[in-house]
Amino acid sequence: MISYIIHRILYAIPISIGVTVFCFALVYMAPGDPLTRLLPDDASPEVVEMMKKAYGLDKPIPVQYLIWLGNALSGDLGTSIQTDRPVLNEVSKALVNTIILSAVSVVVAFSVAFVLGTVAAYYNGHAVDRLATGFSVLGVSIPNYWFGIVLIIIFSVQLRWLPATGMGPAGSDGFSLLSLDSLRHLVLPVITMALIPLGIIMRTTRSAVSEVLGQDFVQTLRAKGLNEWAVLNHAVRNALPGVMAVMGLQFGYLMGGSILVETIFTWPGTGSLLNQAILNRDIPVLQGTILVLALIFVATNLVVDLLQTAVDPRIKRT
Amino acid sequence: MTLRKLRKEIAAGAAALSLGVIPGAGYAETVLRVAMTAGDIPLTIGQPDQGFEGYRFVGYKLYDSLLLWDLSQGDTESDVIPGLATDWYIDPDDNKRWVFELREGVSFHDGCPFNADNVVWNYERLTLEDHPAFNPQQYAAIRTRTVDIAGIEKIDDYTVAINMKRTDSLFPLQTSFIFMISQCAFEAAGSDYAAYAMAPSGTGPYKFDQMVPRERLELIANTEYWDADRIPRHDRLLLLPMPEATTRAAALMAGQVDLVEAPSPDTIPMLQGAGMTITTAPYPHNWGYQLNFVDGPFADIRVRQAANYAINREEMVAMLNGYALPGYGAYPPDSPYFGDPLKYEFDPEKARALLEEAGCLPCHVTFAVSTSGSGQMQPLPMNELVSSQMNAAGFRVTLEVMDWNKLIDVSLSGRPTYPEYDAINVSRALQDPFSGLFRFMLESQHGPAGGNFGHYYSPEAEALITKIYETFDQTARDALITQAHELFVSDAIMIFVTHDTNPRALSPTLSGFVQAQSWFQDMTPISFGQTN
Repeated sequence: MISYIIHRILYAIPISIGVTVFCFALVYMAPGDPLTRLLPDDASPEVVEMMKKAYGLDKPIPVQYLIWLGNALSGDLGTSIQTDRPVLNEVSKALVNTIILSAVSVVVAFSVAFVLGTVAAYYNGHAVDRLATGFSVLGVSIPNYWFGIVLIIIFSVQLRWLPATGMGPAGSDGFSLLSLDSLRHLVLPVITMALIPLGIIMRTTRSAVSEVLGQDFVQTLRAKGLNEWAVLNHAVRNALPGVMAVMGLQFGYLMGGSILVETIFTWPGTGSLLNQAILNRDIPVLQGTILVLALIFVATNLVVDLLQTAVDPRIKRT
Repeated sequence: MTLRKLRKEIAAGAAALSLGVIPGAGYAETVLRVAMTAGDIPLTIGQPDQGFEGYRFVGYKLYDSLLLWDLSQGDTESDVIPGLATDWYIDPDDNKRWVFELREGVSFHDGCPFNADNVVWNYERLTLEDHPAFNPQQYAAIRTRTVDIAGIEKIDDYTVAINMKRTDSLFPLQTSFIFMISQCAFEAAGSDYAAYAMAPSGTGPYKFDQMVPRERLELIANTEYWDADRIPRHDRLLLLPMPEATTRAAALMAGQVDLVEAPSPDTIPMLQGAGMTITTAPYPHNWGYQLNFVDGPFADIRVRQAANYAINREEMVAMLNGYALPGYGAYPPDSPYFGDPLKYEFDPEKARALLEEAGCLPCHVTFAVSTSGSGQMQPLPMNELVSSQMNAAGFRVTLEVMDWNKLIDVSLSGRPTYPEYDAINVSRALQDPFSGLFRFMLESQHGPAGGNFGHYYSPEAEALITKIYETFDQTARDALITQAHELFVSDAIMIFVTHDTNPRALSPTLSGFVQAQSWFQDMTPISFGQTN
């Protein structure tokens, strides 16, 4: 098992480097210049050249990448071209905010989806199944940015029950999961974020539990006289490893794919940080954020693999 | 913490919030909360980023410049007024030397005095690459306005002289964009701009209190501001980046902010229905097309004029729900420089006849347009409308849609790099005649050297602009600038379409705001309640 973990960690290195090379190339393939947002719209070529030199953008692209990589390996992700602030500080602060949002969304999505999926599988073909399945189809079909705006209009503008934007009156610095006001700010973005994974995990759970319930050993369990709760317990435990793999992927997607939700709710996480970095062509921020998110994605998958092993001893990791 | 204790705390907090009281506070602080369109807090180190929004919300709030813009009224276009300089004049013996008399008795927020030494230090940090406080970003941000400065010298404690490389009667306008930061505060921050950004000090009507990058900038009223009329009538100004227009509107309606910038025209009826106040005013903004005068059909003035006759500007204004003005020139009609130019009334038949005469019917042209961008309004539907109007008059317009950064690159590089584009749609600020007119007319500004993307050249324009720079009598100079605008229009240097009216939405609890005809706005008169 330990050698497996070491192997997986070693695999993360080329994956992360590959991701950063790809992103670096993408930024340079995209039209526009990292300096255009910094310079006046009639900056002379001399000023542009001076700025390129000042920010090291006059060097060949592979050299720029290697310098960045060397610094990143020593823990220095550079400074933002746009704001001159250290990227590590920017990313770490934004990451905490995104983890808060994603973790709560994950808990909500996973628990609701797992219960609904199991119920739908147990009542396969019944009205409750069709209702739950319809709900999951809605979840995966509705664009979450549209859903977020609708929630804001209903609950913030019309009913005035919940705030529309931000992390609270004092921003992320004053956010606390023990504060009622902070929690109120969390409600709408969490529901919006949870929508898609909820639909996906519900469908996965329904399918996995349904398949297990159709197997011979379930008949045997019933023939032995076990009550339905116990039968369902066995079925769920057998279906869990497959569902957990999907859950892990969804958590990774939530961490990296929150751009739209964070922009709508002005949530200062990695999604909105990436959004601004893309618009500004702020390469150091873009690279630093993507590197950190890629590492989290790899780590999440590793943790899920290990949890799967713990839940189902039939899965061997060597 | 036990659950019971937590419940008690939550209940106490909720009770305090419902009463609008901050525990421990002696009185209720008035906080003006503004949602900006920017995605981040503009730089606080002097020259801001984020375009003129940075100047509006950070520049002129924390800092002052030698000349300021008069933002106290909305009836006429803003003009410059004395700021940290009380008077300025050209040296009678040298028409390349401007003298500025400085305001006495002004202190920075950190208590350091403002004087000639400070002005010299600030101008040198922005113009000399070997200055100890030199910063490439700050240098580049203002270089267009400092490029003709040869040097600055102190005459006495409250007088400075700025020597120019060439005669420039309009230079004082450029000083209104150059902010004075405190040398003491900069040095106290270890001469490090990153540290200074978190403890900036100017002489402006607001003092820095705290900043959470990307989330909020909190400024407090400078109750000792040198201009008593502009001491803020609220205690605190909270600036929140909120780039998404729908979110800004929702935040206002949900009571989370008090004032939002640039609500989209679609949301304005809803905001009005909810009792919000909508303010608009024309301002020096020009939404149109810069043309390529060398490589394509717009080299022919008949084609350029045909394009202008093809535009139905009233239809464009209607599509924008009335939140725009028809554009018949670079400047809006109320501008002092508008004059009496040739008027391109909507006349598709005349446009078609001109195209036929020019031998370009149908006339194929390619426009570079963006999906979004600062001041671009609603570029996609607006470009679609222009395209359909021009096509109806005999053009065949191809819209090449690109990212805003790419369009800026096209604009900066000019037609030598991008000869395939016959026109580019980049909205422009007209805050001073150079920005609004001259940079699109002068040969010295041919891209990539400057803003003249399509390499327009006219000996008449060159001579006129030289004369403007050499005319120090304001009335005579204004008449010449008006003449330059009339030439700009008759030569159809752009396709003129519209001017934004810059809507803002305010909570009905606010009073005192006067929307100036400017890119900049004064928030200091805003108070809570119907007292003004």
